Amino acid sequence: MSGNTTIKTFVIDGNPVSATESETILDVARQNGVNIPTLCNMSGLTSTGQCRLCMVEIAGSNRLTPSCVTKPEEGMEVVTESPRLLKYRQMILELLFSERNHICAVCVTNGNCELQSMAQRLEVDHVRYEYLHPKFKVDGSHPKFEVDHNRCILCGRCVRVCDEIEGAHTRDLRNRGIQTLVITDFDGPWGESKSCTSCGKCVHVCPTGALAEKGKSVAEMAKRRQFLPYLVMRRKGASK
Amino acid sequence: MTNEELLEIVEKEAENTAKFRHRLGVCTGTGCMSSRSAAIVTELQAEVKKRGLENEIQVKKVGCMGLCAAGPIISVQPENIFYRDMTPEEAVSVIDSLDSEPLHEKMIDISEPFFYRQEKYALENAGVVDPERIEDYIAAGGYAALIRAITEMTPLDVIQEIIASGLRGRGGAGYPTGLKWSTVAKIESDLKYIVCNADEGDPGAFMDRSVLESDPHRVLEGMAIAAFAVGASQGYIYVRAEYPLAIKRMKAAIKQAEKMGLLGQDICGTPFNFKVDVRLGAGAFVCGEETALLNSIEGNRGMPRLRPPYPAEAGLFQKPTLVNNVETFANISGIIGDGGKWFARIGTAKSKGTKVFALTGKIKNTGLIEVPMGITLREIVYDIGGGIPNGRKFKAIQTGGPSGGCIPAEHLDTPVDYESLKALGSMMGSGGMIVIDDTSNMIDMARFFMEFSMEESCGKCAPCRVGTVQLYNLLGKFQQGEATEADLATLEELCDLVRNTSLCGLGQAAPNPIVSTLRYFRNEYLEKMKPSAAAAKEEAR
Amino acid sequence: MKKNKKLRLATIWLDGCSGCHMSFLDIDERLLLLAEKVDIVFSPLVDVKVFPEDVDITLVEGALGTEEDLHKLMKIRPRTKILVAFGDCAITANIPSMRNPFGVEDTLNYIYLEMGADRPQIPTQGVPPLLPRAQPLHNYVKVDVFIPGCPPSADTIFFALNELIEGRTPQLSQMTRFGA
Repeated sequence: MSGNTTIKTFVIDGNPVSATESETILDVARQNGVNIPTLCNMSGLTSTGQCRLCMVEIAGSNRLTPSCVTKPEEGMEVVTESPRLLKYRQMILELLFSERNHICAVCVTNGNCELQSMAQRLEVDHVRYEYLHPKFKVDGSHPKFEVDHNRCILCGRCVRVCDEIEGAHTRDLRNRGIQTLVITDFDGPWGESKSCTSCGKCVHVCPTGALAEKGKSVAEMAKRRQFLPYLVMRRKGASK
Repeated sequence: MTNEELLEIVEKEAENTAKFRHRLGVCTGTGCMSSRSAAIVTELQAEVKKRGLENEIQVKKVGCMGLCAAGPIISVQPENIFYRDMTPEEAVSVIDSLDSEPLHEKMIDISEPFFYRQEKYALENAGVVDPERIEDYIAAGGYAALIRAITEMTPLDVIQEIIASGLRGRGGAGYPTGLKWSTVAKIESDLKYIVCNADEGDPGAFMDRSVLESDPHRVLEGMAIAAFAVGASQGYIYVRAEYPLAIKRMKAAIKQAEKMGLLGQDICGTPFNFKVDVRLGAGAFVCGEETALLNSIEGNRGMPRLRPPYPAEAGLFQKPTLVNNVETFANISGIIGDGGKWFARIGTAKSKGTKVFALTGKIKNTGLIEVPMGITLREIVYDIGGGIPNGRKFKAIQTGGPSGGCIPAEHLDTPVDYESLKALGSMMGSGGMIVIDDTSNMIDMARFFMEFSMEESCGKCAPCRVGTVQLYNLLGKFQQGEATEADLATLEELCDLVRNTSLCGLGQAAPNPIVSTLRYFRNEYLEKMKPSAAAAKEEAR
Repeated sequence: MKKNKKLRLATIWLDGCSGCHMSFLDIDERLLLLAEKVDIVFSPLVDVKVFPEDVDITLVEGALGTEEDLHKLMKIRPRTKILVAFGDCAITANIPSMRNPFGVEDTLNYIYLEMGADRPQIPTQGVPPLLPRAQPLHNYVKVDVFIPGCPPSADTIFFALNELIEGRTPQLSQMTRFGA
């Protein structure tokens, strides 16, 4: 670190903490053992603030702030857990469960799923909203991987990892609202993609069973993400 | 182009106009065009030629005259007569009537409040100038303000005038325009952008379309003045592709202005450069949200960005960008021409000037109106709007489209200004005003807007993407008479969630139609609840 | 709840695989401990034909898949003090809900006509009609306790029942989850 780094001090849940210019509230919270819930954020990928689970309260403001994209200010008092936050987080999670067909019992990532474990952590034991039960297809055209849109929560991690880390930008989105769909190239079968390098990064950053390796049965698909911090570290080293 | 050259054009145009004994103006806005007004123009021109009156009678295409319900409209000048519901067949009789009795049965009574209660400012030229001729705009005083700004004023002077005018964003949120300009002006950058937000998407709103169709140069002039003030060199007009006429006229206007040296390099012999291009939106409501709009101009998917950073700091292509709405830009030339103080004489303490509204729904005088801020809703509905047709009763007025709320009869005396409308749970919005009579059910209305928000949600954040669908479905249960107490609680809880946790303005404002109907018409919800089911469920507990 | 009087426990099996009931039996010898505190007054495991009045705790396994399921649930609810959604099917409609995206007609056609049976026909005699969608219990009645899991483990079930018997609301989030 150079001598002219600016350090800000602020408070998370009553404990004084410090941050550099580039760190977000979420970064600093993680460093200090405060595990703010999130499903779209992943260290090493651009933060987009879209799952809205990492919203926190800031003293003096009634507005909630997504901690993954907010830089702390000197003296700021951040609250990461409150009845209001818990209520909103539970509701958002319930909305996600109601949106597509998340049937844990038959899912390849059962036991390794972030959506599932988030429900457990936030004590969501049932979903009050009516399940929408949409009809989405499964694309099994790729020799190694498959995508089941029924299990997708549209967190965008696969789109970002493919664009930012692999540099292929094979994935993007089409349609809008609840019809939004993660697509391969121009919405063709994955197996026929010219841009896909079959690296599998998207599969392993996916928080749910939407992206999985082929041949895995129920609960067999554990995600391996060690590559991401490693690649990010190497890249940082190279740019210095 | 210098001021002298501009004045030459003005004189020449005045001479030209003076030689006609009668001038016929035919509305060629989209509304009247769809009722064959283009054929009226052709028919009139042919008839004038046939009778050899080309030097005595001028037939001119003009923009919207406001009373769309009576279209197509022909205006006769200098007599100041307006004819309603014209057809190509009938139009010829207008020529017959010119030197004799006017066609009394077709005349619009301009002594009605629809005309005298309005205050035309942004729409000053609408229905007067030919939108396809820059000379006509110049003859009406156009581009004088731009020339004055760049030759006689400093950018700071211009910003001071805008601040003095008290003008606030006409896109709906009401952010002080002068403050926005001065922010962009203060940020140093090699490149800055001006963006005109013409992605008007509210159902029932056509203010911006009318301004672009009727007076495109006025918007260009406003943008150029803004560019001079903040130090921008490139402008974009982001128009939805569903406005083909507005696009056509805007593109033509840009070409004309470039030819005259009012846009482009070294404008008026000064070092000021400003270029404008049109960008088409593909009809996504969310692209009216400024950061989604910027993404779309950049060629990306139209999804909102997180703010901060605000566009003023890092906007289009990460450069400082001034985003204003069509109507905001349409107000600029007047402010520079007449002075900010003059502008500020109209309106209320905090909301200055006028506001254009598209008055639609169950109202006699459907159309485009411009009223001074501070006018009451009652005056708009009963004086300008002429009241509710078919002997029905006024029930509510929806302002702000799908992001706004309804205002019931007991608040009709509320003055129209940003703060008052917000206090009632609605908003100024971009200018959609939908009148609802007692034949309409408020749940139906709330569900209509919720369907709109649901279909227009971009899908980025979960609360808006799924929350709007659940809200829509819940309202469906009320419509069917199958909702329970628990559903009502869920409805209110979800409104609160979507409002407080959505990423952008679209989601945050999406519950407003439900929240406001629950506030003023809660009974309609209670009446629709399932009595038997509620009881059965109670019993089952 | 009164300690001296035995509680009345019922269990019922709607649209599910009976896996939750199997898991219940898996509490093994602890069944004897349970038997000291409760009487099982209705269950697929005991020979009672009519759902009794005044039941203290009812474990409902399975989703609402047919009109019969719904009919049963509506009957049970007013006769039960504490209604427990027992397992994922009762809570989320789980596996039975996998037909929901396709609709009843397409599902029946596919299963009974297109899958290549010897004499393809859709059964109509003696079977209750399917509901348009398989649904969780709480869409129709108030549910007091949710025990997620597919199936919930024997330990979870034993713990939950003990808590209920002791008059407490079981805190299960650390023990079980959807799909557990």
